[in-house]
Amino acid sequence: MTAAITSPAFRENAHQALEDKQLQAVLGTMRTGFSVKRAEAAAALPEFEALRDSARDIKNHTLAHLDLYLEQYEAKVTASGGHVHYARDAAEARRIVADICRDLGAKTVTKGKSMISEEIGLNDHLEREGFTPVETDLGEYIIQLRHETPSHIIAPAFHLSAAQVEQDFRRVHTQLPPERDLSEPVSLLNEARQMLRQHFLAADVGITGANFLIAETGTSVIVTNEGNGDLTQTLPKAHIVLASLEKLVPTLDDCAQMLRVLARSATGQDSSVYTTFSTGPRRAGDADGPGAYHVVLLDNGRTGMLGTSFQEMLRCIRCGACMNHCPVYQAVGGHAYGWTYPGPMGSVLTPSLIGVEKGGHLPNASTFCGRCESVCPVRIPLPKLMRHWREKEFERHLTPATTRSGLALWGFFARRPWLYRQATRLGAATLALAARGRGKFAALPFASGWTQGRDFPAPEGRTFQAMWAAEAGKRRRAGGKPGAKEQNP
Amino acid sequence: MPQQTAPRNPPQQPRVGLFVTCLVDLMRPSVGFAAAKLLQDAGCHVEVPAQTCCGQPAFNSGDRATAADLARAMIRAFSHLDYVVAPSGSCAGMVRRHYPELFADDPDLRGKANAFAEKTWELTSFLVDVMGVSDVNASFDGVATYHDSCAGLREMGVQAQPRKLLGSVRGLKLVEMEGSDVCCGFGGTFAVKYGEISNAIVSEKAARISESGAPMVLAGDLGCLMNMAGKLSRQNSATAVRHVAEVLAGMDDLPPIAAPAAPATGKPGAA
Amino acid sequence: MTARDEILAGVRRSLGVTGHEEPRRQAVADRLARPERGVVPARGQKTGAEAIATFRKYAGAVQTSVTIVSGPEQVPAETARWLSANNLPARLRMGADARLAAMPWDATTLDVSHGPSAGTDLNGVSHAFAGVTETGSLILLSGPDNPTTINFLPDNHIVVLDSADLVPALEDVWARLRAETRSDPLPRTVNMVTGPSRSGDIDRTIFLGAHGPRALHVIVIDPDMAV
Repeated sequence: MTAAITSPAFRENAHQALEDKQLQAVLGTMRTGFSVKRAEAAAALPEFEALRDSARDIKNHTLAHLDLYLEQYEAKVTASGGHVHYARDAAEARRIVADICRDLGAKTVTKGKSMISEEIGLNDHLEREGFTPVETDLGEYIIQLRHETPSHIIAPAFHLSAAQVEQDFRRVHTQLPPERDLSEPVSLLNEARQMLRQHFLAADVGITGANFLIAETGTSVIVTNEGNGDLTQTLPKAHIVLASLEKLVPTLDDCAQMLRVLARSATGQDSSVYTTFSTGPRRAGDADGPGAYHVVLLDNGRTGMLGTSFQEMLRCIRCGACMNHCPVYQAVGGHAYGWTYPGPMGSVLTPSLIGVEKGGHLPNASTFCGRCESVCPVRIPLPKLMRHWREKEFERHLTPATTRSGLALWGFFARRPWLYRQATRLGAATLALAARGRGKFAALPFASGWTQGRDFPAPEGRTFQAMWAAEAGKRRRAGGKPGAKEQNP
Repeated sequence: MPQQTAPRNPPQQPRVGLFVTCLVDLMRPSVGFAAAKLLQDAGCHVEVPAQTCCGQPAFNSGDRATAADLARAMIRAFSHLDYVVAPSGSCAGMVRRHYPELFADDPDLRGKANAFAEKTWELTSFLVDVMGVSDVNASFDGVATYHDSCAGLREMGVQAQPRKLLGSVRGLKLVEMEGSDVCCGFGGTFAVKYGEISNAIVSEKAARISESGAPMVLAGDLGCLMNMAGKLSRQNSATAVRHVAEVLAGMDDLPPIAAPAAPATGKPGAA
Repeated sequence: MTARDEILAGVRRSLGVTGHEEPRRQAVADRLARPERGVVPARGQKTGAEAIATFRKYAGAVQTSVTIVSGPEQVPAETARWLSANNLPARLRMGADARLAAMPWDATTLDVSHGPSAGTDLNGVSHAFAGVTETGSLILLSGPDNPTTINFLPDNHIVVLDSADLVPALEDVWARLRAETRSDPLPRTVNMVTGPSRSGDIDRTIFLGAHGPRALHVIVIDPDMAV
């Protein structure tokens, strides 16, 4: 699928997601899924918090020296017989990949999971250019069959049930006997294994992403549980790595630090099953491996984030912990966010990459509960960065008019304490009167967003400051009482 | 989790400015009186400087200029006091964590904002961590569950303190709900701007509260409490919703949040 | 300007640097010349019998089975036993590893073939370069000795690990690789394998045997038979 953008329709997307009973049933499982496993994994490793500091520091150091590490990385890849291609934007990256495939006379292209591939809409482009891209991560394979996009950065088919997958397999795998039993999830897994094995063996080019790029050795690193990425990159004639600039880390040892926080934060595993370090193409004497090795390094707006507060976002290692712990993501799922990257990390990254005009809803659609930051393995201050987007929107008058005027009105009174007290006194009294002792409102004209699903509690009727002043007055007349000095005129 | 470090030698009878917060001022003044009582019982001299809003709604909406204006007024109003204490982790967190950021580039106010942040506390953590309170001398017959409001928990390290104080209330049994540290979906203006999502989140929270079996839910932030009370009320739930200070101060004769003026079930929490 | 030059210039513009600043260049050169080990968990810092027991514990936690033999001459028999116990055919694919080649495979009824896997082999055997105590992981290097395809294509993967090659952490693997192969530290592929293949993509539940081996069996050679 292309990286089509529906982020401006976030509110409508969210509405649809909330109405989707099947999706809601799936999202309901998040509460006891990833977040519990992550907590257990973190608690089981005494060094975990220190490792988060270490991971943050490694990324900060790398980003501050990114130009030099890029040069070093490129030199090492070249020395190992590989090729580094730089892509300024999505179109350039797509063109580079298609050109490599064409030069090799490729037909079938297998793919390991890559968010960069999603970001640049690679599959549609490869199809248009006459190639057959086949996703091999099971989740990616399923959503490719459904012509959907991933709803989660580490679990692309998170939004689907086994029954939906069964329907898709029966629809697409028509060469298999229709009476076969697919009632058990494991039978779906076996069928996918069988179907994809043929593609692995037939592919001309294998494309993977990279979890890390190591400057010391010119190495790309992928982390998977299935082993699909390894079959993708080992069997074909050529291995193409798609990665964005910020995937760099300086050394093998730095990478080892990052790996310790990645799997624990993502799935609660101590280590993913397959962590693979690839350096260049097949060597003389090697029994297997790809004959060519290409790395496509994508910018697509990232250099513009350096040197700003959004530089911190470039520490992200795509573990998905922020969305696994996000109440908004848990309510509406990943597709509502309307582009490649959902959840809190997407709410910061998406406006950086597609523009705040299109991605502006996302940093606003957060309660700022801070749970994302509290679990981020590289300690990205996600709420703060979302707030920085809100500031940019406010400066550029992109904030909705109702919000702006509401804020202006509030600000007007709050800047004038005497007026504020009169207004709040009046407001509290009026609202309390209107509630007529029921203690709540079932509907309020200025807060229908609230009262559609909830009652709005009624105020007691007087403001604290007025009552305190009155009591202090009484105390003064009665001779005063220490410990309750009146300051409120 | 950031934990505030208590000063080594707190004054004998510290002068505490009660930062009552907009919501308490407007919606539920009893919480302010409960806070004042708890502070006085702990030996504090309580003052209530004239105040409006700390600026958080503006700050979180991207309007830094308004936020800074309101913050300057707050800093001025409370400048003569030893401590600033709020019955809210969210408003205290705004001052504690974000005032320094707001004035980081202002050489005139940076120092004042930092000092102001240093002396600002959430109510229950101030009582426990600064004043050393371990027993509030209150009683309440019933069972309650406690919701950890997000800013208090994650910006101010408020988690053990309210539970410790509630543990000293005679007759009160505290039971934990699943996911007490998960957001209720309030999020300030979020609750209105993205009302449908906010409502979905608080529906989950209401389910966890009901599953706990407790007839009363407590929290330290009125925004969260109004959200949870509004949802439970819409569901015709009998669960009482109260600010933690009300129970700690023994001021439970007041109807619970969103409950009618004369509750038919008698004492709150007995539903 | 080429994309490369434009991107590097963009990075430097954003960072406010020229790329020629000596302290920055020195910081990078130092970091690369002397890699920092960072935070290495204590749980893998074991030796002898304790290391083997810890390796076994973490390997077992991810469904890797482990048996211990006292010498390389026992590996073929243990392999035959494991295949038989799991009702698997007595056929085996392996690379050109000299340590494996020196083992008495002829003393068993196993049908052994050599070379990379083409996808039809049910069982493969490899010799690990190292084992990592901290996570119960195996380190496998590409090359003629242990083809990478054997790590992924067979349904069942048997890995021989010499207990002397058990190291506390991944950092120790890097140190050994750097020491053994000075100028060009890494082979084409270094596989760190921690358990048999699995996927959680259907019904958000983990099932074993996605695309790689369904079973992973480790035979540790420990002359002391300490565990």
